[in-house]
Amino acid sequence: MALLIKSTGAQSNGYRGIIGRLLAPTWLVIGIFLLFPVLLMAVYSFLTKEFRGGVEWDFTLAAYDQFFVTRGLFGDEPAQIEWTYIGIFWRSIWQAALATITCLVIGFPTAWFIATQAPRSRGVWLFLITIPYWVNLLIRTVSLKFLIRDNGPLNEFLLGIGLIDSPLPLINTNLAVQLGLFYSYLPFMVLPIYASVERYNFAYSEAAADLYANRWTTLREIVLPIVKPGIIAGCILVFVPSLGAFLSPDLLGGAKTFMIGSLIDEQFKGSQGNWPFGAASAMILMSLVLIVLMFYARAAAREDQP
Amino acid sequence: MDYGTVTALHDVSFEIKDNEFFTLLGPSGCGKTTLLRLIAGFEEATAGEIRLFGEDIARLDPNHRPVNTVFQHYALFPHMSVIDNVAFGLKMKGVDLATRRARAGQMLEMVHLSSFSDRMHTQLSGGQQQRVALARALAPQPKVLLLDEPLSALDLKLRQAMRVELKSLQEQTGITFIFVTHDQEEALTMSDRIAVMSAGRVQQIGTAKEIYEAPINHFVADFIGETNIIQVNVLSIMGDQALVQLPGGQQISCPAAAAKIGPQHLSIRPERVSLGGIGHLSGTVERLVYLGTDLLVLTQLEGGAALQVRVQNARLTGLPKPGDSVTLTLEEGASRLLVD
Repeated sequence: MALLIKSTGAQSNGYRGIIGRLLAPTWLVIGIFLLFPVLLMAVYSFLTKEFRGGVEWDFTLAAYDQFFVTRGLFGDEPAQIEWTYIGIFWRSIWQAALATITCLVIGFPTAWFIATQAPRSRGVWLFLITIPYWVNLLIRTVSLKFLIRDNGPLNEFLLGIGLIDSPLPLINTNLAVQLGLFYSYLPFMVLPIYASVERYNFAYSEAAADLYANRWTTLREIVLPIVKPGIIAGCILVFVPSLGAFLSPDLLGGAKTFMIGSLIDEQFKGSQGNWPFGAASAMILMSLVLIVLMFYARAAAREDQP
Repeated sequence: MDYGTVTALHDVSFEIKDNEFFTLLGPSGCGKTTLLRLIAGFEEATAGEIRLFGEDIARLDPNHRPVNTVFQHYALFPHMSVIDNVAFGLKMKGVDLATRRARAGQMLEMVHLSSFSDRMHTQLSGGQQQRVALARALAPQPKVLLLDEPLSALDLKLRQAMRVELKSLQEQTGITFIFVTHDQEEALTMSDRIAVMSAGRVQQIGTAKEIYEAPINHFVADFIGETNIIQVNVLSIMGDQALVQLPGGQQISCPAAAAKIGPQHLSIRPERVSLGGIGHLSGTVERLVYLGTDLLVLTQLEGGAALQVRVQNARLTGLPKPGDSVTLTLEEGASRLLVD
C-alpha cells in the first residue's frame, strides 16, 4: 500500500487570531495619521482663538458662529446669515465641479485611447501622462503662471504671429484657475478610467453592434454603464482635491477667485491667522464632502440590488 | 482578409441554402472565425462580396446587417437582467416596450428559462448563460444566426444535450444557422452541410456522410474522425478497383477513386476493420486500449505499418491479447485513396 487516505471531513486551520495581530500596525497608522488629526481638528474648531495664532482651551462655538452668522461690522446689529464664506464655498464647489467636468471630457477619450493601444505601448503612454507629476505641484503652478501672464511666452507667441493685438488677459481669471486645476488633477481622472476601460470586454461592443445598436447608443447603453465605476472614482479623485485646492486659486486667480483652500490656508498663516475658524471651515468642508460621498454610496448600493 | 501580411482567407466562395444548418469546421487558425466575423461585419474583406438573399452586405456596418451572433463567451451585458439582454436587439430596432418584453418572454420560454428573466446573468450557470445568449440572438428574428463555437465552454454532458437542442431550435425557427466549431463530432451530429477549412481555404463542402465517407484529400480524412493513414504504392488500376501494396509487401484492393499509379496515401477507418474473418491483412496485436463502449486494438501489420482497429466491447467474444497473431478484414468502405 503506497498511500492510504481516510478522512472524516476537512477543515482549515484558524488563522483569524494571527491575522488580527498582524493587522495591528495598520490600525496604528490609521489611528495616528487619519483619526487623530481629524479629531484634533474637530476639537480645535470648538476652542477660542489666541491672538498670535494658536488656541486657548476655552470651549466656544465662536468659529462656527463667525462662519454662518453676522451681526454687522461692530457686532451690535441683529443676527443675519453671513454670506461671505458661504459664497466662497459655493464658488469653490462650482469651480471644482467645472474642473471635474473638464477633466472628464478630456480624460475619458485619453484613457480610452491609451487602453485601446497595444499592451506594450500602454505603459509608455501612462508613463508620459505621469511625467509632469515628477515635478513639484508648486513649481508647476508657478511655471503655468509664467506661461500665461500678459508678457509670457503664450501671449508673446500669439502677438508675434499677429493673431491678437493686445495680450489675452488670462492671469487672475477663473479661466486661469480652471486651467491650473485641470492641469493638476487630470491624471486622477485618466488613471481610474483607464483601469476600467482596460478591463472592458470589447465583445460587449460587438454584441451591441450585432444587435443593431449604433456607435452612440453602444457608448450610452453599454460602455458607459460598464465603465461607470472608473468614471465615478475619477470624478471623486478630481472633485475632492479641487474643492480644497489653494495653490491654483492663489497663484493663478486673483482676489475674485478666492476659494475654500485659500481661506483655510490663510487662517493658519502667521499672526493674522485664526486657528479655530480655519479648523471649523475645514470641518464644514469635510462634512460637505462626506455628505456627497454618502449619497453616492447609497445610490450605488441601491443599484447593486437586482 | 488580410492581417498585416498574413492572408487569413484565400478565395473562399460558397453558397449557403435557406433554412440550412451549415457548419464551418477546422482546426484553430484555419480562418473559420474570421469568415464568421466577415459575415457579421466585425471584419472587412479586402476583396470579395457577401450576398444575403441577393443583397450585397459586405460594406454594411454590423448594426445594419440582419444577422445575429451567439458569441463564444456569450458577451452577455453584465449590467442588464436576463430579460433586458434578450430584449436589447428589439429595443434597438425600435420595438415598443410591451411588445419587446412579450417577445423576449417567448424567447426565454423557448430556451426553458422563463423563471430566470429578472436575474442577472452572473447568477446563471454556463449552460443557462448559453441559452440566454441564444435567446438574445434569436429574439430580433435574424435572417441568419451565426454561432461562434458556442458550446466550447460547456462540459461534455451539457454540450451533448445542447447539440440536440440547437438542432431542434433551428428546425423550429426555420432560421439559417452558420455554426463555427473545431469539434468534428459537433459538426457531424448537427449539420445539414459542413465546410471543412484549413489554412484559410475551404477543403471540402458536403453532408456529414459525404465528408466522412468520401474525404476529398489527406487533410479532410485525417481531421474528420479517426483514421489510419498509410503510405502505399498503387500497382494497378482495374475498373473501379485499384491494387495497392503496403510497406510490408501485403497487397489489397481498394476503390479506385482518386487513384494514380505510384506512391499515395491510403486511409483505413478503424471502425470498419474487423478482427478475424477472411483476412485481407495479417498482423500482431501490440496493445489494447479500453474506451468504454469501444476497445481500440493497436496492431502491427507484417512489414511494419501500424493499424488501429476499433471494435465494440459488446460484440467482443474472444478477446485478443498483446502478442497474438490476428487476421484483419476490411469491410465495405473501409479504405480510400487520398489526394495530398
